[in-house]
Amino acid sequence: MIRFNKASKRYSGGFQALENISFHLKKGEMSFLTGHSGAGKSTLLKLISAIEPPTGGQVLVNGYDLNKIRAGKIPYFRREIGIIFQDYKLLYDRTVFDNVALPLIVSGTSFRDVGSRVRAALGKVGLSGREKASPIVLSGGEQQRVSIARAIVHHPPLLLADEPTGNLDPDLARDIMNLFSEMNQLGMTTLIASHDWGLIGRMGKRILHLEEGRLQDPDQEWQR
Amino acid sequence: MNSEPRHNYRHKPEHVVSHMEVNKTRVEGRVKIYFQRHLQVLMSCLGQLYRAPISNLLTVLVIAISLSLPALLLVALDNARSLIVGWDDNAEISLFLDPSLTHSDGERVKEQLLGWRELSSARYLSAQQSLLDFKAYSGFGEVLELLDENPLPAVIVLTPRDSTPDAVAPLLERLQQLPEVDLAQLDLEWLGKIYAMMNVAERAAWVLGVLLAIAVLLIVGNTVRVSIQQRRTEIEVCKLVGGTNSFIRRPFLYMGIIQGAVGGMLAIILVSSALFLLNGPVVQLSTLYQSNFELLGMGFLFSLLLLLSSMMLGWLGSLFTVSYYIREIEPS
Repeated sequence: MIRFNKASKRYSGGFQALENISFHLKKGEMSFLTGHSGAGKSTLLKLISAIEPPTGGQVLVNGYDLNKIRAGKIPYFRREIGIIFQDYKLLYDRTVFDNVALPLIVSGTSFRDVGSRVRAALGKVGLSGREKASPIVLSGGEQQRVSIARAIVHHPPLLLADEPTGNLDPDLARDIMNLFSEMNQLGMTTLIASHDWGLIGRMGKRILHLEEGRLQDPDQEWQR
Repeated sequence: MNSEPRHNYRHKPEHVVSHMEVNKTRVEGRVKIYFQRHLQVLMSCLGQLYRAPISNLLTVLVIAISLSLPALLLVALDNARSLIVGWDDNAEISLFLDPSLTHSDGERVKEQLLGWRELSSARYLSAQQSLLDFKAYSGFGEVLELLDENPLPAVIVLTPRDSTPDAVAPLLERLQQLPEVDLAQLDLEWLGKIYAMMNVAERAAWVLGVLLAIAVLLIVGNTVRVSIQQRRTEIEVCKLVGGTNSFIRRPFLYMGIIQGAVGGMLAIILVSSALFLLNGPVVQLSTLYQSNFELLGMGFLFSLLLLLSSMMLGWLGSLFTVSYYIREIEPS
C-alpha cells in the first residue's frame, strides 16, 4: 500500500526534513509513526498524501508513483485516502453533516447515498443525531470524531492520521485509538503519527520511529 | 450476503439483460447527480450573496452602471438613425446651368438627363422661373427688384434614385463634368456629415463599451478574489478530500454569472428608466417640429444581448481570477 524507497525531502530553505527513508506498509496493515516533534512525522504524512513531493528516492502509494503524479490526478489519488489532522480542519460555517459529506460530494455521490453514508459514519464515531450541529459548539474530542467520520465516510483503503489524540484526554484518546483499530479490522490500511508512547505501546502494532529525519530500526517491532 | 446475487448471475442469463439496464440507469443517475450538484452549488451561491449583501450589491451596481452607459449611447444612436431615415428620400441635386445657354438648350439637357438610370426625375427651371420662385419663398424679392437683370441662372432639379452618400458622390462628380453645368450641388450634403458624425459616435460607443467591459471583468474578478481569500480553508479542505479544480472553481463561476445576471438586469432597468424619463421632453420637442417622433426602447433582442453579455463577462472575470488563485492555494 505504501512503499518508500530511499525517499528524502529537503525544503527549499535547505532544511533536510527526511533522509533516506525506506519502508513498506502492506495492505491491511496498521502501524504507528513515532518521533519527537520536528522528527519529520508530519513531513512523512505529507509525502504520502501528495501534499509535498519527495525531493529524492521513490514514494509509491496505493499504486500511484508520487514522484511522477500529475497535478490533475492528485484529487483522484486523494479520494482513496482518509486524512485526519491534529487541528481537525473542519469548516465552521457548515453543519457536521456537510463537513462529513464533503468527500462524498466532491466525488459525485448521489444525494440518497450521501445521507445514509454520513449517518453511518457519524454512528461509527458515536455522534449519531448531531448532524445538524455546527462543529463550533462541539468539544475538542467531538470535533476530532467529526474529522474521523469525514475521513472514513467514503471507505478509503488508506487511513492517515496526524497526532489524532494530541489534544484529547487519556480516556478519549483510548477510544479514538480503538476506533482506528476497528477501522483497520474493516480492511483499511492505517498509519497513525503519534507521540503518545503509553497508548501506542499497549496497541501492540508495528512502530516506525523517526529521529531527525531518519527511520530507526525499520521493519522491526519497536517496543518500549 | 454479497456472494449470493453474484452466484445467481452466473446461472440465470436473463440477469445479463438486467445488468445492462443497471448500466443505463447508472448513466442516467450520473447525469442526475451532475445536475443535482450544479443546482446545489447554485443555491449555496445564492445563499452566500444573500448573506454578504453590501459588497455584492456594490459589485452589481458597478456592473449595471458600466453596462448602461454604452447601452444608452447605442440606443440613442439607434433613435437618431430612425429619425434620419426618410430625410434623405427627398434629397435633390441642383444643377446650375451656364448662363449663356438658351431656354431650349436647357430643356435638351433635361431630356438627356432623364435617360440616366441613376436619376428618377428631372425638372427644368428657367432663369425666369427661378426668379419667381426666389421672390415667392425667400422674402428677399424686393432686393432683386433693384437689379437691372436677373442674376439667377437656369436650374435643373434632379432626384437621385439612391440618395445614400456613397451613391450620390460619384453621380455628383459626373454631373459636374457636363459642359453645360456650372455647378452641381447636393442639397443634403449636411446629411452626409451627420452620417459621418453618427459613425464616429457609434465607434466611440463601442470603444467605451469595450473599456467598460474590461472594468466589469476587473470588478467581478476582484469580488471573486476577496471571496476566494475568505474561503481559503474551504478550498484547502476540498483539495485534501479530493476535490478537483473544476469542482472548487464551480461556486465562484456561479457567483460571477449571478453577479453578471443581476448587474445586467439592473442595467436594462436603468436604461429603460432613462429612456422613459427622456421620452416626455423628446415628444414635446418633436411636436414643436411638427413631427410625431417617439423614442424607441431597447427592444427585446438588445436587452437579451445586454443580459447575456453581462453574464458572460461575470463568468469570464470569475474564471480568470479563480483559475489564477486556485493554483496558489494548496494545503500545507
